[in-house]
Amino acid sequence: MSARNKELVNLGFAAIVASAAFASVSIVSTGLVTARWLGYIGVIFGLYLVAHVVARFTVPYADPTLLPLVGLLTAIGLTVIYRLGPADARRQAVWVAVGIGVLAGTLIWLRFDYRVLERYKYLFGISAVALLLLPSVPGLGHRVNGVKLWIKIGPMQFQPGELAKIFLIVFLAGYLRDKREALAQGRLKDLGPLLVIWGAAMLVLVQTSDLGSALLNFGIFLAMVYVATGRALYVGIGLALFLAGSAALYNSLGRVQQRVTVWLHPWTDHRVYCSISGKLDYRQNCDSYQLVKSLYSIANGGYGGTGLGKGTFTTVDGTQLIPYLNTDFVYSAIAQELGLIGAAGMLLVVMVIVARGMRIALIAQDGFSKLLAAGLTFGLALQTFIIVGGVLRVVPLTGITLPFVSYGGSSIVANFVMLGLLLLVSNRAAATAVHT
Amino acid sequence: MNRQITRVAGLALALLVVLIVATTYWQTWARPALAERQDNAIQRVAQFEIKRGLILSPSRVLARNKERRVGGRTFYFRRYPQGRLAAHVVGYSTAARSRTGLERSLNPTLTGSARSLSSLVNQSLDKLNGKPIIGDTVVTTLDVNGQRVALDALGSNCGAVVALDPRTGRVRVMVSSPSYNPNDVETNFGRVEKIKADCKPASPLLNRATQGLYPPGSTFKVVTASAALGSGKYTPDSGFVDPGYCTVYGKRVNNFDTERPFGSLSLATALQFSVNSVFCNIGLALGAKRLVKQAKAFGFYERPPLETPDIERLPSGLYRNGRLFDPKRDRDVDAGRMAFGQERLLVTPEQMAMVAGTIGNDGILMRPYVVEKIVTPNGKTRSRTRPTKIRRAVSPATAQDVGAMMIRAVQAGTGTAAQIPGLEIGGKTGTAETGVDGNNTTWFIAFAGEPGQKPKLAIAVVLQNQSLTGGATAAPIARQVMQALLTPTANP
Repeated sequence: MSARNKELVNLGFAAIVASAAFASVSIVSTGLVTARWLGYIGVIFGLYLVAHVVARFTVPYADPTLLPLVGLLTAIGLTVIYRLGPADARRQAVWVAVGIGVLAGTLIWLRFDYRVLERYKYLFGISAVALLLLPSVPGLGHRVNGVKLWIKIGPMQFQPGELAKIFLIVFLAGYLRDKREALAQGRLKDLGPLLVIWGAAMLVLVQTSDLGSALLNFGIFLAMVYVATGRALYVGIGLALFLAGSAALYNSLGRVQQRVTVWLHPWTDHRVYCSISGKLDYRQNCDSYQLVKSLYSIANGGYGGTGLGKGTFTTVDGTQLIPYLNTDFVYSAIAQELGLIGAAGMLLVVMVIVARGMRIALIAQDGFSKLLAAGLTFGLALQTFIIVGGVLRVVPLTGITLPFVSYGGSSIVANFVMLGLLLLVSNRAAATAVHT
Repeated sequence: MNRQITRVAGLALALLVVLIVATTYWQTWARPALAERQDNAIQRVAQFEIKRGLILSPSRVLARNKERRVGGRTFYFRRYPQGRLAAHVVGYSTAARSRTGLERSLNPTLTGSARSLSSLVNQSLDKLNGKPIIGDTVVTTLDVNGQRVALDALGSNCGAVVALDPRTGRVRVMVSSPSYNPNDVETNFGRVEKIKADCKPASPLLNRATQGLYPPGSTFKVVTASAALGSGKYTPDSGFVDPGYCTVYGKRVNNFDTERPFGSLSLATALQFSVNSVFCNIGLALGAKRLVKQAKAFGFYERPPLETPDIERLPSGLYRNGRLFDPKRDRDVDAGRMAFGQERLLVTPEQMAMVAGTIGNDGILMRPYVVEKIVTPNGKTRSRTRPTKIRRAVSPATAQDVGAMMIRAVQAGTGTAAQIPGLEIGGKTGTAETGVDGNNTTWFIAFAGEPGQKPKLAIAVVLQNQSLTGGATAAPIARQVMQALLTPTANP
């Protein structure tokens, strides 16, 4: 069976799983067995079929599992978002459509050779930093939940950090391919760019006070440096510098400080100063309210979960118990309703995508492709780790999205660009393997 | 580069495995502890979709459910038909203020989550079928009429009454005054906060029967007498001379009534009339460690057993700086004062009922229980509480002798106000002075039964802020409750 036919079959399986999930949410919420949910699933998988057809023409040899697995993740996300609020689900569906359009555009644009991107690597690098700093520009930046991550142009809100991450990976893939030999030899002057990037990461951290994306971008950077040079020492130095920088900034970054405190001691037995209300209160009722409520939500799921549509997210009178439930905390909603089985299942889907992505990096022929695929894939894994790990209190909680699952346009679109690039690298690697 | 990519791939997958492990931790290992947390709003709401099991007394409904549909979901709210009568033992289960009492400690039973694997399967099937989970019913041992009599007798006093069957440990009455209406807790908490009584703060939510710590006063003489007879150095006929006071560390410790010293008297007479100097000298002779040892045999220094939450029960014993204090050396404690219930002794009414019960039960301390049985939603008995012996606290002979002295105290001593015609009652009064007039803590502990038979009831009554003695204040209340429980026809 050809790669694309396998993809079609896999998409069919994904559609069946997603249909079952969506049907159960729809039945629980309306109390009626109707076929209205078919419309949703029809539209979503119609879109994926379009993506599939475009892939047939542009990347015929590409990995057949990526598109169906991503389809499954977006379907899980949409189902949960629909369950939490149908209006958001409609908007999210539109964003998935836009994302698939962007995916198709990427595939068509770069169908002959994506390696042209390498030529513009510095442009990508500069754009990445510019995009990261954009929310700090007065008048453009928009503060949401205390973090400057958004820009606002008229009615449109956009989170440029998501796109910056991909630009950064493209830049690093190109730059490190050029310089890897010099870097591997460890000449001191070649460490310059490393320090520049470290400085930029710190600058972004100070500007946006967003530890999450700083950690994500710097982590991707270190992983790619390691892949390029094979020198663990650089990773060590980089990590030490990042930690030192964060520690030095720790005292001036009240927000980061608060997040770390919440992470270490979410519950207090006595009342402590609460900066939100200005009074004394238990920390679980104040700073760590979100984290603690989210942990309760996860714990309430147990092995099998409460069942889709049957979880508890509101009080008896309908007040929302967990803020940012469909973005930062979407995982705690999934873990409550689908339980350990469902949440671990979703993480396994991510793991398969990561494994396939790394395989693409392994079989790719040239350094740029290897670095690009490895960087994109590691980025996906690290981003999942930072947000889900934050929700699970493995690391301090920082608000970034869960790729393909969380509600949010910028994130969906950027992740589809990432998928497009992975498919392109995969196609080229498999095609060379077939033709030689 | 492939070696590095493999390693980075390994790291990436390891990070995701960590997430699965962490999810497993929160959803299995940490789950019960999180569910128990009082600020767990999600559990609190989720549990209202469970049709909680009923809480019953042998003849009445103490807690039932009231269905309310909100936005397509059915919630089961609690109603307490007996209002204030069983508030402290039953407690409440609310969304706004979480849970107390049996509603808290038996939550897993009442919500059906404490079941075996097979019923867990059935429950999962019910869940798939959209049926609500129905919890198990809890049948308590409380006598609602006795509860009413006790609360009415306590009136506006702050205090508590505990009555149990000394042969089994079955608790028949446990009230704390002032009581509150648990139906007000969810929607009308202001009304609970406004409750007033003859003490400040009135603390209506406090279960004084198990959480209230009071100086035992002369009721502790029952423990001292047990230690004295148990030591073999004394008999009920041992003679003493009462000068009206006793000398501890060169200082005088006076009797309750110093004007009329008893002169020569026996140990039995000393208990009958509650003569402090005699017990003071016994305490000095035995030493504090021996008294503590005897007290521990009666259950002091451990939480008195009961099915209510642990935090709602406090251990009795010597307290220092708010902490239980176990003396290592005799000279750490003033044994003379301790022997008649002063020093830093603090006890709960439940503990003192256990002391009286042990004397009435030939020296065997039974484990108190308030849950008779657990019944499944379809009426099958899941488990039934079997009376359990905790330990022998005193020898049968000592129990006989101390019991006889207590009977004399009621027949012609300090406890005559507790007499009930046709019943044999042995009791001990207690008046713990605080130095401020009208501020005494008064006690009466007793066992009661038909003459010539084993006592059927043990009781402890405590009252705060009294100006009279235990014999005048607490004994009449004990009499009313005993009468209600032992001669039900006399008090319908």
